[in-house]
Amino acid sequence: MAGSTGTESATDGSGRLDRRLLVERLSSYWLGGAGYFAIALFALIVLTLLYQSLPLLSEYSVVQMLTTSNWDPAQNEFGFLPAIVGTVYVTLLSMAMGTPIAILAAIYIAEYAEGRTKTLVSSLIDVLAAIPSVIFGLVALIVVVPLVGDYVAPAFGSDTTGLGIFTVSLVMAIVVTPFMISLSVESLEALPDELRESSLGVGATKWETIRSVLLRAAGPGIFSAILLGFGRVFGATIVPAMLIGGQTQLPDSLFATGQTLPTLIVNDFGELMSLPLTQSALIFVGVMLVVVVWLFNFGAMLVRRRLQRRWQY
Amino acid sequence: MTESTDTTLITDDLAVTYTGNRTVDAVEGVSLEFSANRLTAIIGPSGCGKSTLLKSLNRLHEIQPNVEITGDVRLNGESIYDTDEPTPEVRRRIGYVPQKPTPLPLSIYENVAYGLRIHGDYGSTEELDERVESYLRKVNLWDEVKDRLDAPGAELSTGQIQRLCLARSLAVEPDVLLCDEVTSALDPISAETVEETLADLKDEYTIVMVTHSMDQARRLADDVVFLYLGDVVEANDAESFFTNPQTERTKAFVGGSDTAASGATGGNERDDHAAAAGTDDADGARTDPVRAER
Amino acid sequence: MALDRYARQRLFGWLARGAAALVVAVMLGVVAVTIYRGGRVFLTDPAIAVTPPGSRYMLEGDGGFLHAVLGSIFIVGPATVVSMVLAVSTAIYLQSDYSSERFADAVNMFLNVLWGTPPIVYGVFVLTVIIAVGAQTSLFFGIVAIAIFQYPIMTRYTDEALRSAPETVKEATYGLGATRFETALMTVRAALPGVVAGIVMGFARGIGDAATVLFTAGRSTNMPGGPFEPATTLPVLIFDQAMSFNAEVRSHAYAAAFVLIVAVLALIFASKLLAGRYARFAPGGRHS
Repeated sequence: MAGSTGTESATDGSGRLDRRLLVERLSSYWLGGAGYFAIALFALIVLTLLYQSLPLLSEYSVVQMLTTSNWDPAQNEFGFLPAIVGTVYVTLLSMAMGTPIAILAAIYIAEYAEGRTKTLVSSLIDVLAAIPSVIFGLVALIVVVPLVGDYVAPAFGSDTTGLGIFTVSLVMAIVVTPFMISLSVESLEALPDELRESSLGVGATKWETIRSVLLRAAGPGIFSAILLGFGRVFGATIVPAMLIGGQTQLPDSLFATGQTLPTLIVNDFGELMSLPLTQSALIFVGVMLVVVVWLFNFGAMLVRRRLQRRWQY
Repeated sequence: MTESTDTTLITDDLAVTYTGNRTVDAVEGVSLEFSANRLTAIIGPSGCGKSTLLKSLNRLHEIQPNVEITGDVRLNGESIYDTDEPTPEVRRRIGYVPQKPTPLPLSIYENVAYGLRIHGDYGSTEELDERVESYLRKVNLWDEVKDRLDAPGAELSTGQIQRLCLARSLAVEPDVLLCDEVTSALDPISAETVEETLADLKDEYTIVMVTHSMDQARRLADDVVFLYLGDVVEANDAESFFTNPQTERTKAFVGGSDTAASGATGGNERDDHAAAAGTDDADGARTDPVRAER
Repeated sequence: MALDRYARQRLFGWLARGAAALVVAVMLGVVAVTIYRGGRVFLTDPAIAVTPPGSRYMLEGDGGFLHAVLGSIFIVGPATVVSMVLAVSTAIYLQSDYSSERFADAVNMFLNVLWGTPPIVYGVFVLTVIIAVGAQTSLFFGIVAIAIFQYPIMTRYTDEALRSAPETVKEATYGLGATRFETALMTVRAALPGVVAGIVMGFARGIGDAATVLFTAGRSTNMPGGPFEPATTLPVLIFDQAMSFNAEVRSHAYAAAFVLIVAVLALIFASKLLAGRYARFAPGGRHS
């Protein structure tokens, strides 16, 4: 009697165990697949885009396309230079405007703000980092564009409608700043208090502590934040498309209208899709974007490793 | 304490209160004298406000929210609270070495040079080199690091780092050095080397050291302050303290072994204190789960 | 050394305060303008959010933008679910129980690259696929594009959250005889606030992005007819309307922006509440 109950519960138990082990095995196949998904996705994207830009690459030399400035897909002229220059201008200008502000604001939140103010400001900035960029573009159309057109550009002796590279850079700086702030605050707050105590304990001022100790110790994290901000400006599509004016020529000033690589795609993709070479050219723009992002990530990884070793604590 | 002819640091009815979710008196009305060129050990069970008391001696508690101080601390007769002197200047004269060995994110050399550079009190690079070397020698570290002064400080072992921290603090020539359980995060062998360094230093410097190890106090201290639940139970020179304790509680604490003592004197009250204080032993818990990169 | 140390410390203190104040002011300004301009249009006629577009909607603004509201819901909702399942699975696989540190590092490098990849590239990629398989732009491909876009964001956050879960949870669960998979689920539970925060972050980015769906969902101006019919989303609609010459159409852009911003803010608020609730079960977990 006792023996039979024992066997029964044992079989029951082992049935249960079998089921659990089956789940374990099946789940590990699924998870393994998911684990390789990122690599597969990346490879698929790069290969697809490369393959689709072959028609263009077999006809024109890359160097020539990157260094000429005639862009007229209907006439089979593919000079990417204006868009490249526009992208470089926008990226550099918005990072130059956004980064110092972002770092200072992050310092304020992590090191100066206290109690409720801190909670309020940091959660406000976290929330605002999630506002869609199309909304910034929309608001900029009625606020920033007239401002730049009527006041800022004339002050620098330029005459524009307000659409152009400077406007895009300003708005993109506003878009990415909260994003860079939240990431920088995270790295600053992750630092142990002993670092602050050690530096203050030898008589450093708060600012000296921040500059010489905390910014270094959090340096790799802040560096990543800036890099992610850079990536977002570099690949920004909607805001430039709304505000840059869409002139495919080499910009002659910072207030000039222009084109960035992503806006090239937006402006020409729809109508010119029927021309295979144009389609190929626009897909090649995608390849350029991916390659630059890839190079930057790789470079950043090396720099970060160096910083992490140099500035470890 | 002992005769106060050359007393340097005095606390006058100093009280520390945590004003977080609920108010807790960590240290209540403490009046102490720390004598020059002696090592004073503050002992007592964990979480009884030792660390905060120590930090309040050079206003370092001010970087933590929710800590309030009443009473006064005087260095050579002058208040460090009621003064026009900027706080960093106060902290230059009263240095602090944290419990956790903490290299600054700089090279070994720059860790020691840090304070000197900040205060600009060195003449030439040669002089800076000399001073860095002399302080590294003072903490018995020079021979171990002289070939790799440009390596990051964090690449040293924890015991070496703790001595580096001592050198960094000594380099600005403080009048008083505050040491917060500087050996508790170390393995026994490293702890011994740091202890030896402290023993060498105590004739030249005024050192206030927090420890929860009775044995360590016995080995190093010239004077002992016994802090229990925010009150000073007994303060005396080390010899009398250990051979002839004045109160029952001290007798129990001194008499028992280390672990038994902290266990016996602790109990629930102590845990409450530790939880409310949250600063004494919970250091280094500020790690952030979501970082963008690793 | 023109300034003494203390003057410099004060100067930078004020610079930091000023920078934070500037950022907060600009941000609040953006929200205020959107809510004021959009609210004025939307609140005089809230029905536009639930009215289907008229036949000349993009030219004259007759009818409303229900098609974009539905499009957003039916594209971003399923995309988030798909992406979430994939992201959590990937993140679990990257933990030490399943893969080596080398492999995890390599995958994380790819995830970082994918995270940094401009959304327009995903749009172009999916469009290329659409052309290759001879399909037409539709709601379905919008879902695909958004899911791909969200995947690296959610995975990185989830991975970080799982890594920060205390090792003791794992030990305790294994100690009870749990399998690897059962332990992984418990780890996810322990890290839930971080996981939820990551998923919400992905959702918020997905619902606000226009570049991925611009060429993949069809930029339709009619009600979505089915998964393989063209559709549009609110950000795309706002983008198209903002460039219109018709004042009525432009005013609809602000109304749509109002709806979008309220939705995003509500979503984030809800997620904070949710994360706070789960935080009770997360030992050492962070309230995010």
